[in-house]
Amino acid sequence: MNRVYVNEQVCMGCGLCQVYCQAEHSMSKDIIKAFNRDLLRPLPGLRVERKGPVCFPVQCQHCDEAWCVYSCLTGAMHRDMATGAVVVDRDRCVGCWTCIVACPYGALVRNTTAKVVAKCDLCPEREVPVCVANCPNEALMVGEDRCGSPNWDCHRVEGGTEAG
Amino acid sequence: MMANRQAIGTEYLIIGNSAGAIGAAEALREVDRHGVLTMVSDEPYPAYCRPLLAKYLAGERTVDEMLFRPADFYAQNDITLLSGNRVKRLELDSRVAHLESGEQITWNKLLLATGGVPIVPKMGGVDKKGVFTFLTLEDAQAIASFARNAGRAVVVGGGLIGISVTEALTKLGIGVTIVEMKDRVLNTILDEEASSIAEENLRQAGVAVITNHTVSEISGQAFTEGVVLDSGEGIPCDLVVIAIGVLPRTELTLNTEIRVNRGIVVDLYMSTSYPGVYSCGDAAEAYDFVYAANRVTPIWLNAYIGGRIAGHNMAGIRTEYRGGTTMNALSYFGLDIAAAGAVTPSDETNCEVISRRQDGIYRKVVLRDDVVTGMVFVREIEKSGIVFGLMRDRTNVSSFKQGLLADDFGLAYFPEELRRERLRTPGSGVGSRSAALGEVERLVSGE
Ligand SMILES: Cc1cc2nc3c(=O)[nH]c(=O)nc-3n(C[C@H](O)[C@H](O)[C@H](O)COP(=O)(O)OP(=O)(O)OC[C@H]3O[C@@H](n4cnc5c(N)ncnc54)[C@H](O)[C@@H]3O)c2cc1C
Ligand code: SF4
Ligand code: SF4
Repeated sequence: MNRVYVNEQVCMGCGLCQVYCQAEHSMSKDIIKAFNRDLLRPLPGLRVERKGPVCFPVQCQHCDEAWCVYSCLTGAMHRDMATGAVVVDRDRCVGCWTCIVACPYGALVRNTTAKVVAKCDLCPEREVPVCVANCPNEALMVGEDRCGSPNWDCHRVEGGTEAG
Repeated sequence: MMANRQAIGTEYLIIGNSAGAIGAAEALREVDRHGVLTMVSDEPYPAYCRPLLAKYLAGERTVDEMLFRPADFYAQNDITLLSGNRVKRLELDSRVAHLESGEQITWNKLLLATGGVPIVPKMGGVDKKGVFTFLTLEDAQAIASFARNAGRAVVVGGGLIGISVTEALTKLGIGVTIVEMKDRVLNTILDEEASSIAEENLRQAGVAVITNHTVSEISGQAFTEGVVLDSGEGIPCDLVVIAIGVLPRTELTLNTEIRVNRGIVVDLYMSTSYPGVYSCGDAAEAYDFVYAANRVTPIWLNAYIGGRIAGHNMAGIRTEYRGGTTMNALSYFGLDIAAAGAVTPSDETNCEVISRRQDGIYRKVVLRDDVVTGMVFVREIEKSGIVFGLMRDRTNVSSFKQGLLADDFGLAYFPEELRRERLRTPGSGVGSRSAALGEVERLVSGE
């Protein structure tokens, strides 16, 4: 599964990734229009954290063991079988926010106007997510995740099965 | 359904067709694509989202819009669903389930994902027309058609289900009075402070809340005309919803060797005391890591994950449950609350409470030996997931506990090692872009 990685050492916390993310997910897809004219300024699918010298963006990790999916009360949060990305079906989401309490990264935000949850969708219309493409310091990377997410709901104690 | 004396044989039999059952079926199919999988449910629908019953009652969702999985889910996963059919009795030694339709099913591995039944207290008049529980689609349909001619309702019980039916009835223009026996609403989920915020919010929405009292009788002839409280006070109403709680549905374990305490007792593999029989969800009593004991925690997430663990084990992949605890997001009457674990500390000396209240925003964490064991977030809930994650991982937070409630709390507050582990980024000694290449297969960076 692809996800966006950050190299903390080169991130300077400028927040451009967030600005581009918001613009990309706006009606107009234009930065100026999105911030100054669009009626509903879109929510960013990432959050830039800054604390002392440390700064980095946090976005959805598209976890293998996706707690947001397990917790979703409606089935709106799901894994796209074609891309492997964890995505939300806005029509089915009711804005109950259970997934927000379940996500250990704080990677989900409330869209209180539309009553749906917002998150990183890895920019399905682009080859490279817009945050990665526009980071002036090349602090962001997108790539296949081979180590897998921390397995938080369980751990396998013995592998192997005859089944399947 | 056709009566058939011939027993149907199945590798996996799942009784139930809701969060726990679907969690198990999906996990089973991840491991075993072909083993015969049969699900039986006495509700005549594909799996639907029980928490959406209030949206259905309020007229905001149709049945089709509240299905938990796409319509072709069962076909896609080679699952035979026998819906609208109840399992009457189990014969464990011969592994036969007897269905109400007369059919018999023999299984190899069995999962009891039978959920809960509403608690209905012994009080006069509960059999009158206009008295309902609120647990199934059938309940919601019955209330919906009755509510058309109703003007006032009394909801008995101020817990999550009570508040959710109250919101739906309020949207329908029905005036609601909540009668809660304890001294505050949502008392099993929230602490006093958050309960009082929720109660104030209910009152502002026009809901009457009576605490410290209970309904002793429902008055009227054939139809409900009101309730009488234990104080003798009468409240006129034409609709009563009893929402005082849910009990594990354990009827199938009667006269069997399966051990039942409050719920069906399961070990860390979701296995009951009887080999080859598993349980999960509202029916089961599984490990709660906050209380370090088996407990009934009737929430959707625990049902789904418990089902998932059961499914893997049933398919032969030995998988251990790390335990769950209560966790809820509430979003009723425009007030967002997130809560998990034990929100009021037991009086142990090694407990510590950190809380902040400001402009209607309230945050609190309860720590035991520097590990988070409870949390409440009111209005600003976005960071609650990070705290809940620390709680699930039993992370020692001593070095950053004062930051847990900060407005800008986040992974930046974590010690560096923990943060890197979470974000799975290379350690500080490496720092170059290529260092990450060991972990990622294909990297694309800025143009
Ligand atoms: C109104 C309402 C709101 C809720 N809101 C939330 C919420 O916001 N967040 C949250 O986490 N949880 C919520 N819950 C709780 C949540 O719905 C449950 O925890 C969850 O449904 C449990 O799933 P389960 O699979 O264990 O059992 P259930 O959903 O109870 O399903 C069990 C199924 O098994 C069937 N069954 C039982 N015995 C038999 C038998 N002998 N033969 C055939 N079929 C049988 C039952 O008919 C039922 O369909 C809410 C519940 C209600 C009622
Ligand atoms: S939203 Fe959170 S839990 Fe879900 S996949 Fe993304 S990071 Fe993982
Ligand atoms: S907010 Fe939406 S996506 Fe999240 S759990 Fe609720 S319904 Fe699912």
